[in-house]
Amino acid sequence: MLSHLPILQVILPLLAAPSCLILGRPALAWGFSFATSAAAMLISMLLLQQVWLEGPISYFLGGWEAPWGIEYRIDLLNAFLLLIVSSLSTVVLAGTRQSVAAEVEANRQTLFYVSWLLCLAGLLGILATGDAFNVFVFLEVSSLSTYTLISLGRDRKALWASYQYLIVGTIGATFILIGIGLMYMMTGTLNMQDLAQRLPVVADTRTVFAAYAFVIVGVCLKLALFPLHLWLPNAYAYAPSAVTAFLAATATKVAVYLLIRFSFTVFGADFSAMDIPLHQLFIALGLIAVFSASLVAILQIDIKRAIAYSSVAQIGYMIIGLGLGTAAGLQATLLHLFNHALMKGALFMSLAAVALRMGSTRLDDLAGLSQRMPLTAMAFVLGGLSLIGVPLTVGFISKWYLVIATLEMGMWPVAALILVGSLLAVMYIWRVVEVMYFRDPPASTQVSEAPVSVLLPLWLLVIANIYFGIDTALPVSVTADAAQALLGWGK
Amino acid sequence: MTMTTELLISLTILTPVLAVPGILLFGNKQNLREAVSLIAAAVLTWLSLNLFQQLQAGTVLAAQWWELLPGLTIAFHIEPLGMMFALIASSLWFVTVVYAIGYMRGHNEQNQTRFYAYFAVAIAAVMGVALAENLFTLFVFYEVLSLCTYPLVTHAGTDKAKHGGRVYLGILLSTSIAFFLPAMIITWMQSGTLSFTPGGVFADGTSVVLLSVLLLLFAFGVGKAALMPFHRWLPSAMVAPTPVSALLHAVAVVKAGVFTVLKVVVFIFGIDAVQSLPVTQWLIYLACASILLASLVAMRQDNIKARLAYSTISQLGYITLGAFLASANGVLGSALHIAMHAAGKITLFFCAGAIYVAAHKTLVSELDGLGRKMPYTFAAFTIAALSIIGLPPTGGTWSKWTLMLGAVDSDQLFVLAVLALSSLLNIVYLLELPARAFLRSAPASESDHHHGGEAPWPSLLALCVTALSCIVLFFTAGPIMQFLQGISLT
Amino acid sequence: MTDMLLTHYNYWVVMVLMMIGFYIVIAQGNLVKKLVGLNIFQTSVFILYISAGKVSGGSAPILDDAISVYSNPLPHVLILTAIVVGIATTALGLALIIRLREAYGSAEEKDIQEQNQC
Repeated sequence: MLSHLPILQVILPLLAAPSCLILGRPALAWGFSFATSAAAMLISMLLLQQVWLEGPISYFLGGWEAPWGIEYRIDLLNAFLLLIVSSLSTVVLAGTRQSVAAEVEANRQTLFYVSWLLCLAGLLGILATGDAFNVFVFLEVSSLSTYTLISLGRDRKALWASYQYLIVGTIGATFILIGIGLMYMMTGTLNMQDLAQRLPVVADTRTVFAAYAFVIVGVCLKLALFPLHLWLPNAYAYAPSAVTAFLAATATKVAVYLLIRFSFTVFGADFSAMDIPLHQLFIALGLIAVFSASLVAILQIDIKRAIAYSSVAQIGYMIIGLGLGTAAGLQATLLHLFNHALMKGALFMSLAAVALRMGSTRLDDLAGLSQRMPLTAMAFVLGGLSLIGVPLTVGFISKWYLVIATLEMGMWPVAALILVGSLLAVMYIWRVVEVMYFRDPPASTQVSEAPVSVLLPLWLLVIANIYFGIDTALPVSVTADAAQALLGWGK
Repeated sequence: MTMTTELLISLTILTPVLAVPGILLFGNKQNLREAVSLIAAAVLTWLSLNLFQQLQAGTVLAAQWWELLPGLTIAFHIEPLGMMFALIASSLWFVTVVYAIGYMRGHNEQNQTRFYAYFAVAIAAVMGVALAENLFTLFVFYEVLSLCTYPLVTHAGTDKAKHGGRVYLGILLSTSIAFFLPAMIITWMQSGTLSFTPGGVFADGTSVVLLSVLLLLFAFGVGKAALMPFHRWLPSAMVAPTPVSALLHAVAVVKAGVFTVLKVVVFIFGIDAVQSLPVTQWLIYLACASILLASLVAMRQDNIKARLAYSTISQLGYITLGAFLASANGVLGSALHIAMHAAGKITLFFCAGAIYVAAHKTLVSELDGLGRKMPYTFAAFTIAALSIIGLPPTGGTWSKWTLMLGAVDSDQLFVLAVLALSSLLNIVYLLELPARAFLRSAPASESDHHHGGEAPWPSLLALCVTALSCIVLFFTAGPIMQFLQGISLT
Repeated sequence: MTDMLLTHYNYWVVMVLMMIGFYIVIAQGNLVKKLVGLNIFQTSVFILYISAGKVSGGSAPILDDAISVYSNPLPHVLILTAIVVGIATTALGLALIIRLREAYGSAEEKDIQEQNQC
């Protein structure tokens, strides 16, 4: 049983999705999805433990050995991400029942959970597989279900956001497909490890170069790297609140994972550092993302949208770390993957609670929230402080590592810009805090604190933000080893 | 009663936090709520005294909480400078709570529970700053202090308070993130440690340019030291209720700032290194400019609290100046001035608050003839003002004296002129208040409007105690200096 | 030059189709047409895979003693999956367009953008 964990990780939510459809009643579907997600979380914990103690696991689907069969390969990097995705899905799902009941039409709620499970299966599949074509398939599984989830938003703009994302996402996925096809033509294999061994032989050809370019651009579209980010703010802003929390905490992380996997494992760090200044480009784009998105975030009227723009900015930080190309930079990126999942999870969950009670997340509607929903407001503030990077929160840990990584490379201006960028976060968080705490609530309506079922997972995330800001042993040691392993691969 | 030193130190920092649940629990019962604060303050003072005794006895006092990142710990270690700061903060907390009881009730402030709760957290943060073993711990508590005093500054909730809070947090957070944090990270990368080490942590032969840049980053990064041009937050913070201004923005917060500067100069750079850096001279000029300019601005303020705020900026300049003089006497004078100025300035703020509560006056120009109604308040004000000016028989005399010695030691003779000039300016803008109150007669129109007289007795008691302490400090300066000479400079 | 054009003609077809599809996605205002463009774009990639699997002179990959050269079946299998994915995407896209048309009363990008503005 234990030896089949890698496939169980993926197949469990994948099979649970149609079963969920049979259940019919939304409440049952929710309970079932939650149980499935929790089981997936359990599996990912076991996997991480196993990898941590015994090294990478190779699992051959149907017993067909790689490179002929499909291999699932779990190393420290994806074990860590599997845990992030499955646990965030579980925590967010725990708090979504009421939010979904309020935001999604009754006859679509069961379908909502089905899509959720499919999306989860897709994301976990991308992470677990060691086969390049499998990546594409799972990417489309998760994308198609994501389009559906987004389109379930209450506002009709959600439909439009979903359609736009569908077009852009499909183009991105097709680019990845082209890249994988070109790689296959050059090497005759789809297994990532096999590719890693065979690509260096043909690395100087234009075809491999084109393959790399297609894959990177395709992934960056999914990743919402500036300037390919335009789909993200609308998608996040109009999707049902729970979906936003889920996607923000997981989907972009998986895209970053793909970028890392292709850049460092498949093509190898040496290839990625080739003649075109890709690394410098990443750093530049990352910085532009931080500044432009943060500035736009400051101007938003809808806070959900502001936090969505903040996601674009935070992705910028991850890309900067990646662009440094060092173990320290990679570790900073990986840490921020984890930490950002926690803070965005907390922020969007608190906004979900607000949307549940107030029916809106516009800045004006947040007036006096501290009196009506004190726990939710406090959770938002703490999540915001973590986003800013105040000590004793996870945000500080990310920033610490990122700044050290840039300074090690002697990039003073980049380090300075990173810090200045986080001051912009102060601005877009604090304008919300001021409205929540110092403006009187409109007298007309009666609003009470969010239900316990929402507050519990919300505060779990908030406490995680603080806990992992103090006890950093787990994420720091895992990411350090994962970064080392990634860079040592090609040598 | 025996207690391990680790537990004692942890308790010293946690006592104010432990009081918070009690404060919240008795949110509706004023007397019990304030009793909780008072008891916590008393316990804290007792704990600090306990630590003090053990330190005197030569015990090594250290504790470690967590290792945040490899090599970076939240840890505490007690040495004379931090001990003194902790003693000041804890004992003045007690006095301030007494004062606040009179002030907050006399003034019918809203949200008093929130006020006392955040106040306690702020004190805990100050204790953390005071007892920190390394720069990282200090930074963490420094940031906590910025954040938990924000609700105190914006207590009134008005637009003005909101704006003040924005400036307050904006400057303090941005300087700490943009300058302090990178300076700390570079120090960490350069020397591999952030522990406060006598004589500094940098290896010999570290590039002078790098050290100069770092010193500048630290000097401006510690926004709480209110070195010009990053001083604007302090006047903005004056929208807070007076007990907050008194304890936090005359004692705890600003002193945390200059204390940090002093710690960095002595234990991160080492005074020898600072003295040899070319940039130090400029920082001394800047501190002098800060002293004089702030005094000049203070003269033009009609609002009492604003005037006191600028006076604080000027006085903080003394302490920063002493640190940058980087001689034994300079450091001693700075440390001493932390204590002397604390006693003096808190009294002045208490008086300003008392005047506001009793007579509803906030402007200097309205004080004419008020001395006859509030003789004790204005007497206390005069004593405290003398201490700030540096005249006997008040404590301020000694710190100024030692600072001057320090200037001579460092061959910075123009500093003497600056200090003398500043004292003159102090006389002009501080003594104007009691002079108006005692010597002029009240305008006829409002002679009978306020039959009030003095402020509520707890407030009056508090301000008399602190005023007396200014005088007591004059006579006890010897032992204090002896204690402070225990700061290991090399 | 002509040699390159002729021997690699499959790639030229792929590229032309790809650009046509891409252009339609960008330039067309009608949502259905955009989706058709997307389909052409995807189809071009399918052709890329399929044509790459052809081995000159090879037969269909059905084991037979008389034949020794087979075309590579793997790309074809892969692309079967991709076609399924493509159909799913198209179906979802069309469903979205129907919902959009119900909500906005139009399937033109311009109209929808206008209504979103106000």
